[in-house]
Amino acid sequence: MLSYYIRLAWLSLKRNPLLSSLMVGAIALGIGVSMTTLTLFYVMSSDPLPFKSDRVFAVQMDTWGPDEPANQRGGGSPPVQMTYRDAMALMESDIPTHQATMLHRGFAVRTEDENVRLQRLAARATYNGFFPMFDVPFIYGGPWDDRADENADQVVVLSKESNEKFFGGQDSVGNTIFLDSVPFRVVGVIDSWQPTPVFYDLNNGAWSSTEDMFVPFQIPITWEYGAHGSTNCWKPEKLENYQDSLQSECVWVQHWVQLDSAEQREAFHAFMDGYANEQKEFGRFQRPLDNRTTNVMDWLEYMEVVGDDNRLLVVLSLMFLLICLLNTVGLMLAKFLNRAPLVGVRRALGASKRDVALQHGVEVMFIGLLGGLGGLVLSYLGLLAVRNWYTGYEYLARLNPEMIATAVVLALAAAVIAGLYPTWHITRIQPAVHLKTQ
Amino acid sequence: MLSMKSITKVYQAGVIETHALRSLSLEVEGGEFVAVTGPSGSGKTTFLNIAGLLEAPSSGSYILDGTDVSTMRDRARSQTRNEKIGFIFQGFNLIPDLNIFDNVDVPLRYRGWSGKERRERIDEALDLVGLSARKQHLPSQLSGGQQQRVAIARALAGNPKLLLADEPTGNLDSLMARQVMELLEEINAAGTTIIMVTHDPELARRAGRNVHLLDGQVSDFQPIEPPPAESDDAVAQVA
Repeated sequence: MLSYYIRLAWLSLKRNPLLSSLMVGAIALGIGVSMTTLTLFYVMSSDPLPFKSDRVFAVQMDTWGPDEPANQRGGGSPPVQMTYRDAMALMESDIPTHQATMLHRGFAVRTEDENVRLQRLAARATYNGFFPMFDVPFIYGGPWDDRADENADQVVVLSKESNEKFFGGQDSVGNTIFLDSVPFRVVGVIDSWQPTPVFYDLNNGAWSSTEDMFVPFQIPITWEYGAHGSTNCWKPEKLENYQDSLQSECVWVQHWVQLDSAEQREAFHAFMDGYANEQKEFGRFQRPLDNRTTNVMDWLEYMEVVGDDNRLLVVLSLMFLLICLLNTVGLMLAKFLNRAPLVGVRRALGASKRDVALQHGVEVMFIGLLGGLGGLVLSYLGLLAVRNWYTGYEYLARLNPEMIATAVVLALAAAVIAGLYPTWHITRIQPAVHLKTQ
Repeated sequence: MLSMKSITKVYQAGVIETHALRSLSLEVEGGEFVAVTGPSGSGKTTFLNIAGLLEAPSSGSYILDGTDVSTMRDRARSQTRNEKIGFIFQGFNLIPDLNIFDNVDVPLRYRGWSGKERRERIDEALDLVGLSARKQHLPSQLSGGQQQRVAIARALAGNPKLLLADEPTGNLDSLMARQVMELLEEINAAGTTIIMVTHDPELARRAGRNVHLLDGQVSDFQPIEPPPAESDDAVAQVA
């Protein structure tokens, strides 16, 4: 009977194309708008480090001045970045499973091939713990070793896109590229890797792409380079040279640790507190002890990556979907009641109320499915518009399989909800009344 | 075949009660051809709706083919309607989007038969009404008489024991009316019980028995007298 009901649904849609288009269009519009905002919200709120985001922590130490907290979040909290020297002190700890201090900056890059032009590319200077801690996938080679971290060896890990650009996607491990005219040996090439949001450094845009390459943290330090991103200081300091800035109270590097157990986390906190108390004796850490480790999802919440305006937008779009549904209820009721005489005939010929409900239920699902497909097209166009109009949303505004499935399910659910009352109503008609009026 | 005892039907609209049928009792034997006549508002259509299980009586008992159907729930009533009763309406009531074949198929779909069984029955029914060649046509492509014949084929396709006809020739000219009437007589002769509501005394005379309703009750219960000779001549001339 299902194929029969589908055929009847199709005939019914064809019988009144304008009314049918309005119903499908109303659902499609509601789904299109709500799916566009839901997709953005979903990607913004999704876990960028699945399976281990609860074991990877951003580290904060309250090195700020005594007069006021570094930021007002949560009624006053430590700075979201760290000083260089405190980060280096934490790197001495062997408690974390992995840990890495890091900063973002750019280099002018070329290869030995004269035909490849010089390009300005983004790089992350970090420790080799970065890669296993953040589950970075490699195509060729792997991270550099500990000795490279200690000696600031000129080694580089390329992104898949950079490797494509410079080496045509071939295994480039062992090849040389030049960063600011200095030769670097390629030790690894990572696969496509785009955590969204880019949680490990929210100073450079939560929705930006990951870096084009990765180098040991001590490279920019040795070269006396600063970071691209924000640097915040709580007091004026006379900085005569680069060494002064490394020893300053300004915060400008990020520090992340992987702590796999509660005991490990407790031990690391004890280590941080011990270090802070030691520093207090030198006149530093003048605020009450406040050292924090915050896991990835809590960090995104703390940094307000998904703002209240995004949530409001989702609520508004769902309300819009509701309005579209109410319109669909009205249209569907009009359509079904217009057909009451035909339902009367079917009832006279042996259709039970259940048969009538099934026939109209299938038609409702059919309308929902068409509305869902239309909604998907509108969502795609909506996200395309977001990508074109706003920079930084390239990796965000894309429909993924989960959202496509959500759109179809949402459309079917919307259609069923919209069709419940009209379907119930049409099963209640008295066939005898309508048989004379046909 | 059909036994109604003390059937009443009361319609309530606010505080106003309308008594459409008042203690109506009627027995119809299997194979009978009964004409139900009466003025407008006498309860003919209500009687037909109750007989066809489209409405439930307010009180009284109704036995159809040996089964008490007066208190059946919707699903059982629908199944009984589908298996035992065929309907022919004044306005044909064909489904305009479906071709002739699919129109005849409608009651069989609710019977749960296989595609092969349904096709065979539809072909037989359309053969019987002489419209096999038109099965791909839409109702709008047929004349009124042809449409009523399709409706008869649809009513007969499921082999019902009881055929209920509500003014089956009311929308037809006299020639087509005569053809439809002859078809009904053939069907009755083959053993199907027919109850026909009509205003037309000429058609009523051709039934085996006439039941006259007045104010929701059977007022007259007598065999139909043979028609006057001049009427016969007139019909013969038309034919």
